[in-house]
Amino acid sequence: MEMDKLGVVTSFLHNIVVYNIPLLYGTTGEIIVEKSGSLNLGVEGIMAVGAIFGYIAGCYANSLGVGILTSFLAGALCGLIFAVLTVSLQANQNITGLTLTTFGLGVYFFVGNGLKSIAWPAMNDYPNIKNGFADLPIPGLSQIPLLGKGLFSHNVLVYLAVVIALCMWWYMNRTTPGLRLRSVGENPAAADSVGINVKRVQYLHICLGCGIMGIGGYYMGLNMSGSFNSSCWINGYGWIAVALVIFANWNPALAILGTFVFGFFNTLRVSGSSLAAAFPGPLGWLAGVPTQLYQALPFLITAVVLVVTSVRKREGSGLPASLGLNYFREER
Amino acid sequence: MKKILALALACAMTLPLVACGSSGSNSSAGSASSAGSAGSAGSASSTGTTDNSDFKVGAIYINSKNDTTGYTFAHNNGIVTAMEALGLDPATQLVIQDEIPEDYDQVATAVDTLVGEGCNIIFGISFGYMDALADKAEEYPDVMFSHATGYKSNETNFNNYFGRAYQARYLSGIAAGLKSLETGNNNLGYVAAYGTEYAETCSGINGFTLGVQAVNPDATVYVKELGAWADEVNESAFAKELIESYGCGVIAQHCDSAQPQIAAQDAGVFGCGYNSDMTADAPNAHLTAAIWNWNVYYQTAIEAAMTCGGAENFVTAMGGPAYYGGLKEDFVAVSPLNEATVAAGTQEAIDAVTQLIVSGEWDVFSGVKLHLTVAEDGTVTLEQEDAALVDNAGNEIVAAAGPSVEDGVITGTMNYFVEGVKEA
Repeated sequence: MEMDKLGVVTSFLHNIVVYNIPLLYGTTGEIIVEKSGSLNLGVEGIMAVGAIFGYIAGCYANSLGVGILTSFLAGALCGLIFAVLTVSLQANQNITGLTLTTFGLGVYFFVGNGLKSIAWPAMNDYPNIKNGFADLPIPGLSQIPLLGKGLFSHNVLVYLAVVIALCMWWYMNRTTPGLRLRSVGENPAAADSVGINVKRVQYLHICLGCGIMGIGGYYMGLNMSGSFNSSCWINGYGWIAVALVIFANWNPALAILGTFVFGFFNTLRVSGSSLAAAFPGPLGWLAGVPTQLYQALPFLITAVVLVVTSVRKREGSGLPASLGLNYFREER
Repeated sequence: MKKILALALACAMTLPLVACGSSGSNSSAGSASSAGSAGSAGSASSTGTTDNSDFKVGAIYINSKNDTTGYTFAHNNGIVTAMEALGLDPATQLVIQDEIPEDYDQVATAVDTLVGEGCNIIFGISFGYMDALADKAEEYPDVMFSHATGYKSNETNFNNYFGRAYQARYLSGIAAGLKSLETGNNNLGYVAAYGTEYAETCSGINGFTLGVQAVNPDATVYVKELGAWADEVNESAFAKELIESYGCGVIAQHCDSAQPQIAAQDAGVFGCGYNSDMTADAPNAHLTAAIWNWNVYYQTAIEAAMTCGGAENFVTAMGGPAYYGGLKEDFVAVSPLNEATVAAGTQEAIDAVTQLIVSGEWDVFSGVKLHLTVAEDGTVTLEQEDAALVDNAGNEIVAAAGPSVEDGVITGTMNYFVEGVKEA
């Protein structure tokens, strides 16, 4: 069969974005949380909670906006649990994060299975959700051959993810509250001594970051057409997001690039064979790669990235110095 | 204040644990049973002679018994339905060990628990339970063991069971082939959990393809392999890829979720589901699904277990160590056709082939090919032609007019794709 070469490349680019944008939500959210000095390993669970509540509320209200808002609030509520436990009660951050993952997935299945046994809302019955999630080509840019349909013809949540990432970069690096946030993550005692309310900064940004993760979960639910089955919509994306934070060097703008690079390898599994068929000369070898290697590829890449970033010098690293350490004012 | 807060949060955190715990350890049948079973209990028992009120059925599941879709759900549903039909009460007479991974020790422990609960027959539904069940069948000669999808057995109390899903696949292939003729698109897609690694997936793909070719000899089936039994995100992505890059107009599947059908609907093409009728998930795309009626086997097996007069007679009562039911037994079937989508004459064509298979005249993997044509007025003509069964590398599998491929090959060792299948 003669493949449409341009079509295959465009569809590859399109797939990279469509199936990996939740990573950008997760990564941006986690960067904000980590910049406040908290290592939150609960991304997977928080995305699941955001997904299930966002989807249900969005359907019942028949409004994409309500869905986005609810998923944000549901995620933020998980963040609040995390903040109360780690900031106020000084609980171990790693354990709390892992607990949140278990908790979030439990809530996801509890609510989902419960509702499914009564009446599951099908996305097709809610035209405002269905149409709201349809592709909105950007005028002009989407006309570019090859790249246009691949990169600039997506649903509103894709654009929102990029806008949020850019806004967060600007917020962290160009505003006073952003500076305060970074100082709390670097050295909370010093920040405290100049009058910054450390707890308030941490609470606010943990909730904000977790809320953004929640929207990412909602995206995933919509991308799966809201079909609820025995496996989870989030499918490990939360864990990859935690690693992508390091890949992006705690920089939300770089996270956009990181998502794309990572998505490239993730999507080879889907599009590898059609690329091989369309370009038998240069890319024919892709067809010979076993499925299992494609499955492992994103995680191999993660491992390589972690090794490379560990070897790299501390200089220029965005790693907050107090990441993972609870700040206890009386021990200052 | 902090202490109270911490206590409250700790309680909140343990809630899901409690919820999981109760579903995992609760030994009765759960959802599908309670209310309905009491009413039907008296009605159907065909055994009559003995009192079966203390007969107990044990089941080992790979996923949660509370699932509402998928493999474990299908089996649990089948067992509960069969027990109710036999006048047994699933709420008290069915003991379940669920979420048991394919690990020898864990399966062995689950068997010990079920035997301790007094189970007379134990069903294990996942392939990887095989070795543990085989050993435990020797250890407990008074208990009957029955294993789905495996190939081990003994002469007395341990059998295995599986179905001729390829026959149902062939029928769904006819529906897909007729649709491809109607749309004029000879490319069909197939999202498969695995390819040639498992005879189960391989025979399904081949059965489907031969069914397609019976009506559309020019068709090509592009198979894309997931490498996992369940992976919803990629089930959707693979279907979209088959539609967009390979131009497929009908998407078939061997995976749990309805994502491929939903993807087909979103793209305005058609599809054939698997395991359950997926018309509700994709009413504008779904044609028909190849499905299992597990209750057919479970009713046969439980009835045999209750009447055979001792575990040592179980295999004999089941007519041999391997149960391999098909269309004839109604163990596999196609779901009711979606009248909104199927091409004209689909029901007639499927009926004609079903009749050939049920009567034993013909089977899918043989040296005889079927050619079906649907005329303008909807009449179906069925011709049989002696033709070799050839794999997609050109090797002859069965000579023209040769006998069917052996059952053991179809269930265990089939590792080739037939002509017309291409890996995507």
